[in-house]
Amino acid sequence: MAGIPAVLEAGGVSLRFGGVRALTDVSFAVRRGEIFSIIGPNGAGKTSMVNCVSGRYRPTEGRILFEGQDVTRLRPNRRAALGIGRTFQNLALFGHMSVLDNIMVGRHHLLGAGFLRGMAYWVGGAQREELAHRREVEEIIDFLEIQHVRKATAGTLSYGLRKRVELARAVALKPRLILLDEPMAGMNLEEKEDMARFIVDLNEEWGMTVLMIEHDMGVVMDISHRVMVLDFGRRIAEGTPEAVLADEHVRRAYLGEADEVVSGAGEPAAA
Amino acid sequence: MDTTLLFQLVLNGLIVGALYGVVAMSFVLIYKASQVVNFAQGEFLLVGAWVCWWMLTHWQLPIWAGFLFTLAFMTLFGIVLQVIVLRPLVGEPVISVIMATVGLSIFFQALMKWIFGVFAQPFPPIFTVERVHVLGLEVQSVYLASLGVSALIMLGFWWFFTYSKHGLAMRATAYDQQVAQSLGVSVPKVFAMSWAISAVVSAVAGVVVGVVNGVSSALSFYGIKVFPAVILGGLDSIVGAVLGGLIIGVLENVAQYVDAEWLNWGNMYQIAPFYALILILLIKPYGLFGTRNIERV
Repeated sequence: MAGIPAVLEAGGVSLRFGGVRALTDVSFAVRRGEIFSIIGPNGAGKTSMVNCVSGRYRPTEGRILFEGQDVTRLRPNRRAALGIGRTFQNLALFGHMSVLDNIMVGRHHLLGAGFLRGMAYWVGGAQREELAHRREVEEIIDFLEIQHVRKATAGTLSYGLRKRVELARAVALKPRLILLDEPMAGMNLEEKEDMARFIVDLNEEWGMTVLMIEHDMGVVMDISHRVMVLDFGRRIAEGTPEAVLADEHVRRAYLGEADEVVSGAGEPAAA
Repeated sequence: MDTTLLFQLVLNGLIVGALYGVVAMSFVLIYKASQVVNFAQGEFLLVGAWVCWWMLTHWQLPIWAGFLFTLAFMTLFGIVLQVIVLRPLVGEPVISVIMATVGLSIFFQALMKWIFGVFAQPFPPIFTVERVHVLGLEVQSVYLASLGVSALIMLGFWWFFTYSKHGLAMRATAYDQQVAQSLGVSVPKVFAMSWAISAVVSAVAGVVVGVVNGVSSALSFYGIKVFPAVILGGLDSIVGAVLGGLIIGVLENVAQYVDAEWLNWGNMYQIAPFYALILILLIKPYGLFGTRNIERV
């Protein structure tokens, strides 16, 4: 396992907003082909960490390496073009656009035909390229089982469907690393199972490395290869789900003092 | 009642209104993409018309070459303006940004007067046939061409926002910049592009009006007429801008007719759109197609 190269490396990342320390000296590495989860109580800095990776925040200290390249100072759109896709904790679809258009925005950096070639749509190779894109987009739509709503306005869909469309949009980027910020928040059991299946398929069949924040401990323990635990902006544990669950610090900080709660992939703990 | 005159005026209103619609669209484009209320929109018409006029009269270029040069020039003009003046103001209070565009408006009006003088200058004649008859009404051929150009621009906008990669990116950015960025869209590029397109499209309108009425500082008045149109249509709606432009165009002509026939108050042509502006703000402040929660300044 140790021989697999890291897709993402965070080294000594600290993030401060004025006097508030959101992250303190957090280091971790996500290996290629992994599902890596970040867990921790509310306000532990999980989303801040993901924002540092996606480029929404710039760490006060420390470095972020993506496939060996230092991306710490790159703007979010450059990182997306390099191959880091993401979804958001709160739904962030373009509500007035169709599902298809939402997904097409995700193709932005792949649509090579610029303005002029777009003009020469009927003459040049833009049409062939467009067809290839359409095919890939349809594949993503099929995979996430949203064919029936592809023409619908995104804002009119149910919550669970919107979450799926958002995932489709991030996948359309063809990222090699995908950041999922609470992909299952607010879902019922059935929707959660679907989403978990999509994530595992993305990882296994589409070959995407996944960095995920999730509160549902059952899901996290089920599908993650490794888990990192944050508390008050510090990394307090990292390892396989079993090892993390067994960790003394984690029990105390995250799962509560009472030890009987920790019983493997059971009910979601206080989160 | 003189119905032929009324029809003639309504037709004129539609033709002028289409031009208002075009300018309003380019105003809304900037507002939507970069949240800037551009008080210098009228000067885009002015600068574009003067540049084209200069190409045609002093360099004796054929109309198509002068026109293409004007488009290229205005693309650059829009980008430079955005990058040098507006980009440093990103994140500043709305009122500062508005003052900056008011400043731009005054600056370019003065600059154009300085370079080209204060007198209206006619374009060299472009059409061999002065007027044509449509359904028994007499129409200047420039007007007819202007209507065609307006329709073409509107079609272009529709195509751009529905099918092009950059149009899609622009819509995404208008909705949520953070999310658009996370999908690989460069927000500074989108801003610059929206200013470039807006400047080019306004300049086309400027050239058309210049060909009809001659080029003079009166052109920048279109930038003011745009306000009733966009407020009526809704500040952030492109479709609304077109419709608002058409309605305002017809309204001012009909108002003039009503005034001439019965009221005799004088100058209704100029004032009616602004009465309408006040009424709309009182009754339906978000316009016909506007988003409800946009903040007004």
